[in-house]
Amino acid sequence: MTPVAHRRSLLLGLGAAALAAPALAQRGWEPNRPVQFVVPAGTGGGADQMARVIQGIVSKHSLMRQPMVVVNKAGGAGAEGFLEAKGARGNPHMLIITLSNLFTTPLATGVPFNWKDLTPVSMMALDEFVLWVKADSPWKTAQEFIAAAKAQRLKIGGTGSKQEDQIITAAITKATGATFTYVPFRGGGEVAVQLVGGHIDATVNNPIEAVTHWRSGALRPLCVFDDTRLPVTEKMTDSMAWSDVPTCKEQGLDVEYLMLRGIFMPAGVRPEQVAFYEGLMARVRETEDWKDLMKQGAFNTTSMTGDAFRTWLGREEERHRSLMQEAGFLANPS
Amino acid sequence: MSSTTLEMAPAAGRSAQGVKRSTMEVFTSLTLAALGAAAIWDSLRLGAGWGAEGPQSGYFPFWIGLILVGSSFANLLPLMRARGAAAEEMFVTWPQARLVMSVLVPTVFYVAAIPVIGIYIASAALVAYFMMRLGEFTWRSAVPAAAATAVVAFVTFEIWFLVGLPKGPVEDMLGF
Amino acid sequence: MDDIGLLMQGFGVALQPDNMLLMLIGVVLGVLIGVLPGLGGANGIAILLPLTFAMPPVSAVIMLSCIYWGALFGGAITSILFNIPGEPWSVATTFDGYPMAQQGKAGEALTAAFTSSFIGAFVAVVMITFVAPVVAGFALRFGPPEFFAVMFLSFACFVGMAKGSPAKTLASMMLGFLLAAVGMDTVTGQLRMTFGSEEMIRGFDFLVAVIGLFGISEILCSIEDGLRFKGQRAKIDLKVVLKTWAELPKHTFLAARSALIGCWMGITPAGATPASFMSYGVARRMSKDPDGFGKGKVEGVIAPETAAHAAGTSALLPMLTLGVPGSPTAAVLLGGLIMWGLQPGPMLFVEQKEFVWGLIASMYLGNIAGLLVVLVAVPWFAAILRVPFPIIAALILTVCAIGAYTVSNAEFDIVLMLIFGIVGYIMKKLDYPLAPLVLALVLGDRTEEAFRQSLLVSQGDVTVFFHNWLSGGIMALGIAMLLWPLLSWARTALLGGFRGARAA
Repeated sequence: MTPVAHRRSLLLGLGAAALAAPALAQRGWEPNRPVQFVVPAGTGGGADQMARVIQGIVSKHSLMRQPMVVVNKAGGAGAEGFLEAKGARGNPHMLIITLSNLFTTPLATGVPFNWKDLTPVSMMALDEFVLWVKADSPWKTAQEFIAAAKAQRLKIGGTGSKQEDQIITAAITKATGATFTYVPFRGGGEVAVQLVGGHIDATVNNPIEAVTHWRSGALRPLCVFDDTRLPVTEKMTDSMAWSDVPTCKEQGLDVEYLMLRGIFMPAGVRPEQVAFYEGLMARVRETEDWKDLMKQGAFNTTSMTGDAFRTWLGREEERHRSLMQEAGFLANPS
Repeated sequence: MSSTTLEMAPAAGRSAQGVKRSTMEVFTSLTLAALGAAAIWDSLRLGAGWGAEGPQSGYFPFWIGLILVGSSFANLLPLMRARGAAAEEMFVTWPQARLVMSVLVPTVFYVAAIPVIGIYIASAALVAYFMMRLGEFTWRSAVPAAAATAVVAFVTFEIWFLVGLPKGPVEDMLGF
Repeated sequence: MDDIGLLMQGFGVALQPDNMLLMLIGVVLGVLIGVLPGLGGANGIAILLPLTFAMPPVSAVIMLSCIYWGALFGGAITSILFNIPGEPWSVATTFDGYPMAQQGKAGEALTAAFTSSFIGAFVAVVMITFVAPVVAGFALRFGPPEFFAVMFLSFACFVGMAKGSPAKTLASMMLGFLLAAVGMDTVTGQLRMTFGSEEMIRGFDFLVAVIGLFGISEILCSIEDGLRFKGQRAKIDLKVVLKTWAELPKHTFLAARSALIGCWMGITPAGATPASFMSYGVARRMSKDPDGFGKGKVEGVIAPETAAHAAGTSALLPMLTLGVPGSPTAAVLLGGLIMWGLQPGPMLFVEQKEFVWGLIASMYLGNIAGLLVVLVAVPWFAAILRVPFPIIAALILTVCAIGAYTVSNAEFDIVLMLIFGIVGYIMKKLDYPLAPLVLALVLGDRTEEAFRQSLLVSQGDVTVFFHNWLSGGIMALGIAMLLWPLLSWARTALLGGFRGARAA
């Protein structure tokens, strides 16, 4: 049984190293037990990756004395995770990372939950969306694409149903009048490959999901659904960088959509507890590891806390409600 | 190999008393039919038609429910015809049922106790109970084995893999 | 072939002492993760991923992929010993592996399982090494109709397998489909059959159901005849390994065919679960003694294990070259790659040669290391069956409860597991076959999804499944498979009737 014992001590050692480093300021509230980090999405997706990067950064740089434990609760498009956080009122040892399903899941399924049932901690970043087509398709600009879509019904693939990808599709329809067939798939990577394989006509993948196919020459970005161009100027292909991709607005397609990557706590926690995690997340964002991830995924690095974040959340919720209402996605239209 | 107080080879055979197989067949078929009916009912709420672009949400569950109801009733037919020995066949005899219950009942308590006292204490109690009640171990071996189970599980999951399992007041006091 | 040079360089990287150590740790951890049902490969790797954050990418991926191999190996252990499949693709292994263990042949079953896993994985790695670029493009041809065709083929291979009442088989399969449908409908985002319950939103996870249906119910069934397990007489020395090996060359053709099915399913990427079922189904079809299957035939262990591992391994190919994970575990590894600043996809082979070939080299070495570790442990695993019943029963129940909980961190799942245990007990005693239920539960959701996606793509045109030679060909094969038992049934019915008439 020695190998077992050896292995255990090795890993215990790793754990102990993470616990022992006293890198923390000694004032204010601090977690006194392991912090549960709920991911309302499956393993391997964008939110899960980000949560595990945060977990990795926190332990690598010893930003917290207690370990962080990532827990996936993906059931019902994340409803399971949100309900868990809602039920954990007053628990300062629980964080939850959110994506757009914070708004879309309760609206689309009627699950009794609202972001106001949580305490907003910090917006970590916003995820961009890009309109992609196959490189050998005839469409070189967003206008050409829309014109083609008006002439003949095109297929847009996306992740999940009545979530961000389908909402963007609905918003394009609203802005231009062109109608699409939306085909839901399980994950962003799968969507990108379906496009490369020519089974669908376009996608609204996040940059990180499709960048490799762009670089290999299989896909072409038409425009980005943001009000300014992406900041990354490093050349991705021979001739183009992310910053060379026009905004959709420039191209006459007036649709903007950014996806929240934010951290929340359950409701009813004390201000000093929120302040601790705000500080923790601020330090995560300062690390090189985090900056690398932001650059790789061409994220919009806006971050917010406190009232500014709340105002933003309120505005986004209304926007999602009206977009989803127009598209007929609401579970309880009223 | 431990010999146990409960280990009595139950006499299998038609003469033994117990739950009749036909009773269980009817019960199972009716339960399955009820599940099928529930599926049909919920599917109709969602829309079980074939829309412009393929089947709606309730389409497949509707037909699956229908087939389930149908096949459940088909299972009842042979029972109506069964007479004599086949109809008297036992699902489980009382001595067998007693053995099954000797494991099932503590397991039910175990599962019920997990949300209250946490999985570690409950598991330790289960191990100790099984060893002392089902096997003729004394508390001298049962208690250390139970404690070892809880500790190994705790170290493996909570500390090593950083997986949180359901915890009760005791772990809470220890700060987990 | 400068690729070979790169591979040798890769071996150089993988054979560094610290990487070798990581490999060993990875395999042992993986076996442990595979043995604990619920923890599983995907969860296990996700949990350990942050630990590798500080390592260089090559070392990290070597360790994680070795966890993957270990978990693949480990999944077979509980399937054979306790009828509890730790992973979806181990289900088919229980059909014959567990009866073998009951007959006191646990050592043989384990050895056969491990060896065929190794062979499957090895074939897949060789394929990845030499034909990766050719094969990778194949996955691109798979749209929703092709996926549906593959799922259809998996079912078709299996239909007619169950003996006994057709009505019961049908009821069991429908129950499986029904359970699979509970929860969110991925195509429309509507909640189905949750009846307003928050616990039901999650749906029924396959593992929770299987732990109950197979594991708990098996305990209940086996204690009817007294408080002990069968199969305690299992031989527990290493000679068993050699003796089993001497028998294995007979099954070369079977292993080759299973590996082929596995590679194909891994690349498409339909995954290891359909591969294992399909391979088992085909093996039974092709066998001279189909009725021996399900009663402890070693072929019934070799076929699914070879295919599952070939698929599990070749699933890494689409992950690396296209960024599409062929399995949940590959999905987590994919996340890991991104975390280390590597972008999976077509450019990885061009820009990160050292990494890619280091990984491929570690596949070879990790598999060999994995095989050695598990084979040496065969007697120990088999010896578990000798632990007195009260202790082992309590431990199995505990491990099952932990497993059911860790699948999605829900206490309610433990209750469900127990309910499934009782349901499984009743179904077994009433001769409802469980295999169709599990098959439907595992594949039902994705089959329906692919069907509906296809119709979305084709805008409601059902002929889409025959729109090209690929999906049309697979569908035709599936239909042939469906009709096969019908034909052979008709033949035996005729012949049987003939003989019966003569006898009378």
